[in-house]
Amino acid sequence: MKLKIVVLAKQVPDTRNVGKDAMTAEGTVNRAALPAIFNPDDLLALEQALRLKEQNPGSSVGILTMGPPRAGEIIRQGLYRGADTGWLLTDRLFAGADTLATSYALATAIKKIGDVDLVIGGRQAIDGDTAQVGPQVAQKLGLNQVTYAEDIKVEEGVATVRRHIDGGAETVKVPLPALITVNGSAAPCRPQNTKLVMKYKRATCPMERPAEVPYASLYEERPYLTLNQWSVADVDGDPGQCGLAGSPTKVKSVMNIVFQAKECKHLTASDADIEGMVKELLDEKIIG
Amino acid sequence: MNNVFVYCEIEGTTVAEVSQELLTKGRKLADELGVQLHAVVAGTGIKGKVENQILPYGVDKLFVFDGEGLFPYTSAPHTDILVGLFKEEKPQICLMGATVIGRDLGPRVSSSLTSGLTADCTQLEIGPYTDAKTGRTYENLLYQIRPAFGGNIVATIVNPDHRPQMATVRSGVMKKALYEGKAAGEVVYPEVSKYVSPEAYVVQVLDHHVEKAKHNLKGASIVVSGGYGMGSKEGFDMLFELAKVLHAEVGASRAAVDAGFCDHDRQIGQTGVTVHPKVYIACGISGQIQHIAGMQDSGIIISINTDPDAPINRIADYVITGSVEEVIPKLIKYYKQNSK
Repeated sequence: MKLKIVVLAKQVPDTRNVGKDAMTAEGTVNRAALPAIFNPDDLLALEQALRLKEQNPGSSVGILTMGPPRAGEIIRQGLYRGADTGWLLTDRLFAGADTLATSYALATAIKKIGDVDLVIGGRQAIDGDTAQVGPQVAQKLGLNQVTYAEDIKVEEGVATVRRHIDGGAETVKVPLPALITVNGSAAPCRPQNTKLVMKYKRATCPMERPAEVPYASLYEERPYLTLNQWSVADVDGDPGQCGLAGSPTKVKSVMNIVFQAKECKHLTASDADIEGMVKELLDEKIIG
Repeated sequence: MNNVFVYCEIEGTTVAEVSQELLTKGRKLADELGVQLHAVVAGTGIKGKVENQILPYGVDKLFVFDGEGLFPYTSAPHTDILVGLFKEEKPQICLMGATVIGRDLGPRVSSSLTSGLTADCTQLEIGPYTDAKTGRTYENLLYQIRPAFGGNIVATIVNPDHRPQMATVRSGVMKKALYEGKAAGEVVYPEVSKYVSPEAYVVQVLDHHVEKAKHNLKGASIVVSGGYGMGSKEGFDMLFELAKVLHAEVGASRAAVDAGFCDHDRQIGQTGVTVHPKVYIACGISGQIQHIAGMQDSGIIISINTDPDAPINRIADYVITGSVEEVIPKLIKYYKQNSK
């Protein structure tokens, strides 16, 4: 059976490697100091999609992402690994979206793509850790849903999914069309393929291009170098349900936490200091 | 109408501890708001077995949905139950565990009701909010407080216009306590088929097994925890040795887990386990907020770090500036020499 698969992917700041310059002196996040990466769980979702494509000849894999024009990089990263196509949702009206408004935007895009058998995304993104967008997209499209997947097989229109649960594991069967989110414990994604990198390295969305496009003729000769770029109007979206306007949750305040230094004992690694501390804790019956 | 609801999660006929913790928190919120605490539980063969695990936490009304196909949990039937029930009951707040189940169910329900949902809250409070744009002031909103952006900031989220205000909370973040006041304790058993259509039972569970936790981090009185500064998986062997000597449990920071030094189930922090030990020994942990959120209520905090300015040192009672390779063997040595 041919499968039409859409992978949900997000470009995220790499919050795992936060250095000392990640926060500005005013206590706001210094985005410039954090590299933008392919959300790790979404890469695992892409790997599951690519495996299904190999196991089901004639299948296709497309990357759907939402973000500023530079998020086109996520589509290229997907193409380098074997995806067939991609769509970038980019529009000022999408900005400031919470998970519900994000899922609305993604769901309208998936409707626009049409006839999708399987939507696969990472369990969660490292900049928010909410794990909400996947199930919310599934609800909006009326798709069956399985979260925390570690391995996906499809046979005759039914997916068999091994999934992580608290303290154990589960195997479930779910008829397609379905939305599946992939857990961090799934197989790692394959590396980029050099040939595909050569083929797609100049692939861009129109908004990513400078006014004077180098190699302009290339884009006329090779239509696959122009990535799909969709606005709210392109997906027939309701602006009232997108971005900040469509977000029921509001951020009341954001604080950069500064811990009040409390009274503490400063020790060195010397034998005397360590033995002194251990004795103190034992004497006060805190340990032992 | 307008009450506080807690979704109670079960394994077989056992109510999850996180749900009981949330009942305790929900009771406090309900008291503050002057409303009732309601609870909902769904499973198979649970009638008569779960009520006494839920009511003592101060529940005024418990909805028990008992029917075939409701255990093991699958998304659609439980979503239908909550959505149907919430349309009738119109609660103002709904809390659930930030577990695999809560994180599967919460977003699906919130999307159905177009209500806001905040994941992994570390504090829940009641307070006013003024919308900067419209100038409108709202009283008695639920402040959903959580670290964000990889734990570098703490955000307070509110849902001014949509109900219920939904939040998930990790296990161990709130403390459970039997309710000492008087609660109505009414129990009802609604007809499942009124809420769940036959088509909802579409996901078939072929195999479901849950093992007992390999460790007791949540209940440990001493926790020895390692960060990226441990350098390797082998570095963690040293922590296990120290833990054995001290009768402690081993935890890890997210950085150490991401680097593959330690299993994910030992991660301490907002997106892991929350611990409240008597003694917390942080080894090579810098102390991002997301980690500190999971251990700040520890009694005595000892930080071992080569960096004297590591953020965790600000909440530590003992700051040892030195390498873990040097300090940990000395801790083991002097504990053995001086104990007994």
